[in-house]
Amino acid sequence: MKKVLIAGCLLLLSLSMVMAGGGSDQTIKIGLNIPLTGDSPKVGEGAKYASEIVQKELEAAGGLDVKGKKYKVQFVIVDNELKADSAVQAALRLVVQDQVLAVMGPCGSGRAIPAGQVNNENRTPMVSPWATNPAVTLNRPYVFRACILDPVQAPAAVNFAGSQFPQAKKTAILYNLDDDYSKTLAELFRDSWTKSNGSGSVVAFESFGQKDQDFSVQLTRIINAGADLLYLPDYYNHVALIIPQAKDLGWGNKPILGSDSWGSADLVSLSNGAVKGYYFTTHYAAAGAVGATKAFIDKYKAAYGYTPDDVAALSYDSIHIILQAIQTAGITGNLQTDRDGIKNAIATMKNFDGITGKMTFDANGDPEKPAVVVRVNDAGEFEYVTSM
Amino acid sequence: MLATILQNIFNALQWGSFYSMIALGYCLVYGVLRLINFAHGDIFMTACYIAFFIASALLSTFVSGGSVVFVATLILTMIATALVGVTIERVAYRPLRKKGVNRLYVVITALMVGFILENGNLAFLGASSRRFPDILQKELWNFGPVTLTNLKVLVIVAAFVVFGVLQFIVKKTVFGMSMRAISYDKFAIPLMGIPVNRVITFTFALGSSLAAVAGILFGMSYPVLDPYMGMTIGWKAFIAAVVGGIGEISGAFLGGFILGFIEIFIAAFFPSSFKDLVSFVILLIILVIKPTGFFGFAKSTKI
Repeated sequence: MKKVLIAGCLLLLSLSMVMAGGGSDQTIKIGLNIPLTGDSPKVGEGAKYASEIVQKELEAAGGLDVKGKKYKVQFVIVDNELKADSAVQAALRLVVQDQVLAVMGPCGSGRAIPAGQVNNENRTPMVSPWATNPAVTLNRPYVFRACILDPVQAPAAVNFAGSQFPQAKKTAILYNLDDDYSKTLAELFRDSWTKSNGSGSVVAFESFGQKDQDFSVQLTRIINAGADLLYLPDYYNHVALIIPQAKDLGWGNKPILGSDSWGSADLVSLSNGAVKGYYFTTHYAAAGAVGATKAFIDKYKAAYGYTPDDVAALSYDSIHIILQAIQTAGITGNLQTDRDGIKNAIATMKNFDGITGKMTFDANGDPEKPAVVVRVNDAGEFEYVTSM
Repeated sequence: MLATILQNIFNALQWGSFYSMIALGYCLVYGVLRLINFAHGDIFMTACYIAFFIASALLSTFVSGGSVVFVATLILTMIATALVGVTIERVAYRPLRKKGVNRLYVVITALMVGFILENGNLAFLGASSRRFPDILQKELWNFGPVTLTNLKVLVIVAAFVVFGVLQFIVKKTVFGMSMRAISYDKFAIPLMGIPVNRVITFTFALGSSLAAVAGILFGMSYPVLDPYMGMTIGWKAFIAAVVGGIGEISGAFLGGFILGFIEIFIAAFFPSSFKDLVSFVILLIILVIKPTGFFGFAKSTKI
């Protein structure tokens, strides 16, 4: 009996020594506030897979090197179901319960605006990969983003339409009333279009609800208003329904222009190819990428079997922005000091070399980057056209 | 202006057809059991998914679509969905009925069954939207300013056929007579030797196969499927059934079209952001003036 006891004690002792000797006894926790269920789960999937790729890179390097010491990084993933209230809950959970150092996400503006408030009030740095609405970072020193803003994206779309479709003078807009992102972008596009084509050149400004599936009445009005171009600042699941219905009602071959919310891997399959030939403004183009961008795309494709969309690429960049900030600021062990350090490091970051472009953050916490215009080519790939 | 109105009449007919077909399912079950089967919208969603799997399987075997594949998908989906409906009745509603509990509890059970169907789908099939396959080759027809597709016409015709068949079953067959009899007096009827449970099973099978017809056509018209797709349209169809008069088949049928026309024409003449607001204010006014709906009859107990 005594022998067993001694053996047990020895075993425990050796185990604890092994654990202590492992080196990385400290773990850095980073929260992911992303939509894994809800209306566009592909968005959350891309973000999650991007974090898995970062995780693999870190494992290969033996952990994150912060001022000469290796740390293990743990991603705490919370599903926000693509709902504003759930995103707020998720943000609170990550900040208070899980005590993460920083949060990546929510992805879209509808969730990032309310969740950003929570993160800012709790003085926890947050980087949204994909939220393009100005309100996300406005007057919130702890909130940053890795993508271009709607006030950049909308005029870029108008300018592109002007050069690509000079015959299009009258435009129609169909947006999602339930989504801050879609509504704001629609208004910015309307104002920008009116500025360059004169008043009355926006002939239809129509909306629908999140759960709507039938858009026939809005499209009938758009078609009969004599619009030359249709702007759809909507999510891919709506776009996949709207475009075939527009064609069924007699839209014909007139151009349709979209925004970065089109850029999902599911867009082409859900619309059964109906989106081919149309253009949208976004953050990066997978077809024809080089360097680190290509390396990321190849890794992602090999692991998950499809080309990563822009949310995945921007999530990858967002996580790396946080990691680089941690490396710059260092780890003291005091949660609030570390969170403040990360915030300051991101705010002063110069020319962060991301796979979606170089980023330097302005006073609002927004990166200075151009918008990329891509075309859905016949193979269903998103092909680079120009930068505006 | 005329062009817009004409086009919107067809838009409303198509959209109203879906409400009507779903509302008929509510109406059947309500007519016999005085039970509002709140799971009906989700049975419709389930039917969409069943049709999706059957059509995908058939298309991968027969390569190209066409009317044969369509009819085969329709029949198989109707059978499978009828089985789903009957199973739900057996598992969730019949035990409660046997215990003779208040009807309110059965309605709550129906709500729960709806959530179970939604979340079961979410758990087993994942949250990603699915693309419904193109079963029929789409054709575009231009009649002056109005543009129609073969699918749109099929949907509208189907709604009327479904209504006609249902009227026939309820008014002219023995089963229909039993259904009406149970609805009239559920205590005296078993004494007459009418197998009440069998008639109820048949009612659920019939109601669910109606949802199947609606589901397959809906999948073809709006080919992006997700687990929550049945919720809103189910509620709205229920409202349509009440506005039309839920105890009466022609009432539910008409109610669906009323809601379809109101929704489409409100959006056609008001800013589209007011669509649901104004639509439901109108429906509320209709119900306040005529609480039993257009074709309904006064009943002392509703749930």
